[in-house]
Amino acid sequence: MTTRGARPKIVKGLEHLAVPKDEVLITSNNLKKYFPVSRGFSLFGGKAMLKAVDDITFNIRAGETFGLVGESGCGKTTTAKMVLSLERPTAGEITFEGKSILKMDGDTRHNFRTNVQAVFQDPWSSLNPRMRVRSIVGEPMEIARNMTRQQINARVGELLTEVGLNPYQANLYPHEFSGGQRQRIGIARALALSPKLVVLDEPVSALDVSIRAQIMNLLVDLQKQHGLAYLLIAHNLATVRYMCHRVGVMYLGKIVEMGDTDPLFDDPMHPYTRALISAALPSHPDIKREEIILPGEVPSPINPPSGCTFNPRCPVKIGAVCEETRPALAEEKPRHWVSCHLYETSLKAAQAIAKAEPAPAAATNGRSAA
Amino acid sequence: MAGANTAPPAAATKVADRDAFGPSTVKEEVILEVKDLRTYFTTRWGTVKAVDGLSFTLRKGETLGIVGESGSGKSVTSLSVMRLIPSPPGHIVGGQVILDGVDLLQLSESEMSKVRGDKVSMILQDPMTALNPVFNVENQVGEAIRIHQGLRGRSLLDKIIDALRKVRIPAPETRVKDYPHQLSGGMRQRVVGAIGISCEPLVLIADEPTTSLDVTIQAAYLRLLKEIQAETGLAIIFITHDFGIVAKMCDRVAVMYAGKIVETGDVRQIFNRPKHPYTEALLSSVPKLEEKTDRLYAIAGQPPALYNLPPGCSFAPRCPYVVDRCKEEYPPQFSAEERHVSACWNWEQVGKTQ
Repeated sequence: MTTRGARPKIVKGLEHLAVPKDEVLITSNNLKKYFPVSRGFSLFGGKAMLKAVDDITFNIRAGETFGLVGESGCGKTTTAKMVLSLERPTAGEITFEGKSILKMDGDTRHNFRTNVQAVFQDPWSSLNPRMRVRSIVGEPMEIARNMTRQQINARVGELLTEVGLNPYQANLYPHEFSGGQRQRIGIARALALSPKLVVLDEPVSALDVSIRAQIMNLLVDLQKQHGLAYLLIAHNLATVRYMCHRVGVMYLGKIVEMGDTDPLFDDPMHPYTRALISAALPSHPDIKREEIILPGEVPSPINPPSGCTFNPRCPVKIGAVCEETRPALAEEKPRHWVSCHLYETSLKAAQAIAKAEPAPAAATNGRSAA
Repeated sequence: MAGANTAPPAAATKVADRDAFGPSTVKEEVILEVKDLRTYFTTRWGTVKAVDGLSFTLRKGETLGIVGESGSGKSVTSLSVMRLIPSPPGHIVGGQVILDGVDLLQLSESEMSKVRGDKVSMILQDPMTALNPVFNVENQVGEAIRIHQGLRGRSLLDKIIDALRKVRIPAPETRVKDYPHQLSGGMRQRVVGAIGISCEPLVLIADEPTTSLDVTIQAAYLRLLKEIQAETGLAIIFITHDFGIVAKMCDRVAVMYAGKIVETGDVRQIFNRPKHPYTEALLSSVPKLEEKTDRLYAIAGQPPALYNLPPGCSFAPRCPYVVDRCKEEYPPQFSAEERHVSACWNWEQVGKTQ
């Protein structure tokens, strides 16, 4: 057997991943989502805004995996919901194949809904326990395609084979499967309409260690075969490194760093990314990292700190500019974007924005030359 | 004043000696010895041998990692040591748990409650459910101290504040009056930790204490546990499914599969020279953060159901090294090297790439 004793060789590069195409599939421009939260008991009084996602911009190419990583409450799931058109952005624009998904007519909406699918974190709650696998996987085709019962059943069998299950298992109910198998059912359902983009929200974090590798490899293989694009939401950095072509690191509703996977992990630029990587668990007892312990906890997104939202916890804060001027995401190295005043391009971009806005931020320009 | 290059690089460096937290705290003296422990559950489908013939030792100041997937019996092991197995349906049907010279399985229930929380205590996974929402921090941290040490009033409060200070809770004098909902997730888990160490136990069992925490909070919590260990010489059993935690925290490792320990060794022996196919496969199925992994090894199939296990090795159906003998006879413990034991007929072949 080929698998006998075979431990994977470590090679640099992305050989195990599909090669993405050049065409941009989905773009998100200056996306914002604010949730109103009531303050105290006043019915009509001031509503505070929880800034779950605050001005993020990214795009995903066809056949590419883009990962969003960050700690709980950073806004990554809200972003995924907006991409799925389950939440309406407060401001900003999302386009799919060049068309806005915020104002879709019937045909565009149909096209969007068939081409964008999702796989969720918890395979115990994302499948209806009262439906047979045949109905779970077949339902999207019943709704969106003009297919006969036999055609649907045949296709369900194909899909189950493709995700590593048996066609006869279409007759079973979700409780008859293990966690990993349920996640495979979820993936089969997502693939039913041959989508172009699949949003994966923590697809392996609820699974056992030995099953995680199976599901990650399956997702990578399916991407290669079908040219799928993935938006992967995860908090485990190693998972993101294994699955993604490009990664965006989120903190308090903003992308603070974005770039190709390897440069981002090998040479992280933003102080938060560095802290996050330094805090991650090592893969061998001899690997010792300079651990950067961040003081305090993530501040409330209802009343985020002024200037750079990371400044109260930042170990390399450079001074008043961090508290006063909001940093801008700028391309510091080719294809590697960072939003931090430590870097000249980012600082200049932030100052240009501050100058353009007549707000009090303009007063800080004189002091910010570092 | 600062330039663009002042931030310390987060790059990983290899070092020869243990560990990230300072000198090793391990002493030679054995504090806990578990011998041939068997915990069975009686169910409709038959007898589930959740823990079946488990043996390990724990030395003073040592951290032992018990690694396994869900259903491998690692949590039942910790509950058996604490004598907290719900009965019925569970029964400890055999074995010995010798803590500091005393076999806990021979104690009466009232004698056991004097040991529990005093000499051996536990940190549970989820601080939301481990803490009682209707009692404040003072109440919950003070309970064990009041019962085991008989303190009251001012001296009790001092002891509580002391325990909170040990887990680095800021302003413990005011925090003692807080209720769990007023604390963040990381702080709650620290309170659970304070309960665990409040009576200065000999052995602390930590059952996945950081799975519900964020990465940066987790790092701070693990460091805290190591600091407490260095101060008090506590022995810790870490129950986990995550080899990252083992790599960071543990001196010794026991890998469990289907109710049995399949491999035991020092942490470097396990990571550098795994001698059981299951350990080897698990290590190769985890993506690495430090470097690009080409393609993960995926273990075929799923863990077996624990009732009606086949004769022979339980891992045989998923094992790439399987031979006929594996399906008939459960392997004995083979000594691969000093302090490194594997339960596999084919242990000599493991790790030799062909």
